[in-house]
Amino acid sequence: MAAVEHASAGGAPKVAIFNDPRIRGAAIQILLVVLIVFLIWGMVSNAATNLARAGIASGFGFLNVTAGFGINISPFVEYSETSSYGRVYLVGLQNTLVVAITGIILATVVGFIVGIARLSTNWVVSKLAYAFVEVMRNIPLLLWIFIWYFSVLRLLPDKAAPIDFGPFGLLNIAGYYAPKAVFGPGAGWIGLALLAGILASIVIYRWARAGLIVGLPLVAYVLTGFPLSFELPTTSRFGPRGGARIYPEFLGLLVALSFYTAAYIAEIVRAGILAISHGQTEASYALGMRRGHTLRLVIIPQAMRVIIPPLTNQYLNLTKNSSLAVAIAYPDLVSVFAGTTLNQTGQAVEVLLMTMLTYLALSLLTSLFMNWFNAKMALVER
Amino acid sequence: MRRPANRIPDASNAAVATLLGGRGGKNKQPGKQKRLLFMKREILTAAMGVAVAGLMVTGASAATLDDVKAKGFVQCGVSQGLPGFSNPDDQGNWSGIDVDLCKALAAAVFGDATKVKFTPLSAKERFTALQSGEVDLLSRNTTWTMSRDTTLGLNFAGVNYYDGQGFMVRKSLGVKSALELSGASVCTNTGTTTELNVADYFRANKMEYEIVAFEKADEVVAAYDAGRCDVYTTDQSGLYAQRLKLTNPDEHVVLPEIISKEPLGPAVRQGDDQWFDIVKWTHFAMVNAEELGVTKANVDEMANSENPEIKRLLGKEGEFGAAIGLSNDWAYNIIKQVGNYAEVFDANVGPATPLAIARGKNDLWTRGGLQYAPPIR
Repeated sequence: MAAVEHASAGGAPKVAIFNDPRIRGAAIQILLVVLIVFLIWGMVSNAATNLARAGIASGFGFLNVTAGFGINISPFVEYSETSSYGRVYLVGLQNTLVVAITGIILATVVGFIVGIARLSTNWVVSKLAYAFVEVMRNIPLLLWIFIWYFSVLRLLPDKAAPIDFGPFGLLNIAGYYAPKAVFGPGAGWIGLALLAGILASIVIYRWARAGLIVGLPLVAYVLTGFPLSFELPTTSRFGPRGGARIYPEFLGLLVALSFYTAAYIAEIVRAGILAISHGQTEASYALGMRRGHTLRLVIIPQAMRVIIPPLTNQYLNLTKNSSLAVAIAYPDLVSVFAGTTLNQTGQAVEVLLMTMLTYLALSLLTSLFMNWFNAKMALVER
Repeated sequence: MRRPANRIPDASNAAVATLLGGRGGKNKQPGKQKRLLFMKREILTAAMGVAVAGLMVTGASAATLDDVKAKGFVQCGVSQGLPGFSNPDDQGNWSGIDVDLCKALAAAVFGDATKVKFTPLSAKERFTALQSGEVDLLSRNTTWTMSRDTTLGLNFAGVNYYDGQGFMVRKSLGVKSALELSGASVCTNTGTTTELNVADYFRANKMEYEIVAFEKADEVVAAYDAGRCDVYTTDQSGLYAQRLKLTNPDEHVVLPEIISKEPLGPAVRQGDDQWFDIVKWTHFAMVNAEELGVTKANVDEMANSENPEIKRLLGKEGEFGAAIGLSNDWAYNIIKQVGNYAEVFDANVGPATPLAIARGKNDLWTRGGLQYAPPIR
């Protein structure tokens, strides 16, 4: 009201406070923030009250409790039944990362090959690539996972009668048993030599790079007295024992995820290449370059700028889709943590919150990396 | 289609301008101002709606009986298909001893055993479904354990099947005892007590094993059938039931060892004693009926019995139904429409069914079994 009186008294035309766009804007923003804070607070306190009333335990103390169940696949993290739920989380995260990273690499390779093949002038090759893309992306992923997993199982021989590759291990329905490297004392030098070889190759990369990468570790291997041996799998009543093992669950999931995503990547690659004006190809030919050189040195580098942003999406999708692993017993994060752990402890809110934040972090990290890569690949105008 | 699509960006621009305290005032047009006010009201209404919804997010209300009566049926959580316990036929009709418990509950509450709907739940989903109020009763071959009873906010209302975990293997392996299983790979369901028991058993006997845990029972069976695992482990009754789904059931044998106690029973939400009592006494009424010799066939004649225990059971004496918020003929309806415990057992898992499971521990206490119901008095 004061503003109104003021306006009538003063000479300059003043606006009432509630009509001042700046004040009104600020007020609405403050109101919005207060409302959101109130909503979140309301939900949190409501959830806490409900959990307490229903007699459901809460808090993160469960992470130190012994899990008590077994997990068959854990290549890097030490795990046994006496490990804690916190350790289960690490095992799950590790398995998710392993399948996501290998899946992204395989999907990219297959996707680029298929995408380029679709543009091939060879009729058969281009139609085959076309069929691959259409069949892969038009059937739900979960079905693909089942198809790959159970067909992989059906194709492989019985446990009792594995295919024997001699020094290269055994293959049967329970997976591929590769010879496992056993490192003796002094084996660390081989690794150091390998590292040194790679570094040296980068420094003098014009000269005999492969020679150094292979040669230096070999010299170290001989000098330290052959500390590396291979443990071959042995057969037993219940199939092969020992050795390094690739599980059919992992293989089924990996192939399903990467082929499915590769179909999308192929289309992205094709779109990227088609986005480059045909004049570029013609100019390149006019300079006397061959088809392969044209593609590799002129077209792809330019197409990458179009390809990378949607490619990031596919990487994120693959990582998130890996949570379908539970259907075929691959112990990923959702299976062992948001599944078994949730079920044993009943602490849905905490477990799901942790799982969600983990996937969020993984996705953001992937985006961050791809954004950096994108910036690196972008045309720098001088 | 075209008009609203054009309008929306326009209006939202105005809203953004308002929110940012921007220079909307400079080029204000009368039409735009009106729309702006309109938008604000919409935002406010939406915000209030969200706020109210936020405040309404509370758990299922305490009186389950009232809810059930209001909606007119019992929502029952069952398995995704376990012959003998809860299994749909090709017409989608559910049968099994867990299903019959749900039907008995509907008979007790409504006097009509058909007023029940079933929600198939995976082992993983089951407790959340009950906690969140999606189902009124979890009757899904669920093991009663201390941690589930105490930390999950559930109450187990009794034991309708005493089970124990067993192992199934191929006959061709020549395994006679579970103690010979060192180095075997074991298929099972995730999120079950089975997973924990098998870990305990192999650890206690210092044997190695590889666990392959699937979410759904059908995939466990498929993987075991394909030969991915040497051993299939679950509750022994489940082994007999799932064996029927294998390509050649005769090539598989259930080992004699029972490695755990698995009392399977119905569970309800904690904090609703009346509903807890109703479920508990539904089961007890069926066991008591068997003990007193009251069956589906003779229940009408038994109603005229002079035996005071039968009179109390069938509601001819006392006000036992009213005490749990039901009509006095609650137990009569259960027996008339579903049957007593022996009838339910025989019809679903007994010797005359493909499962052919003997009463064993599930016999009445009077015949050396464990089924024992407190008296109705």
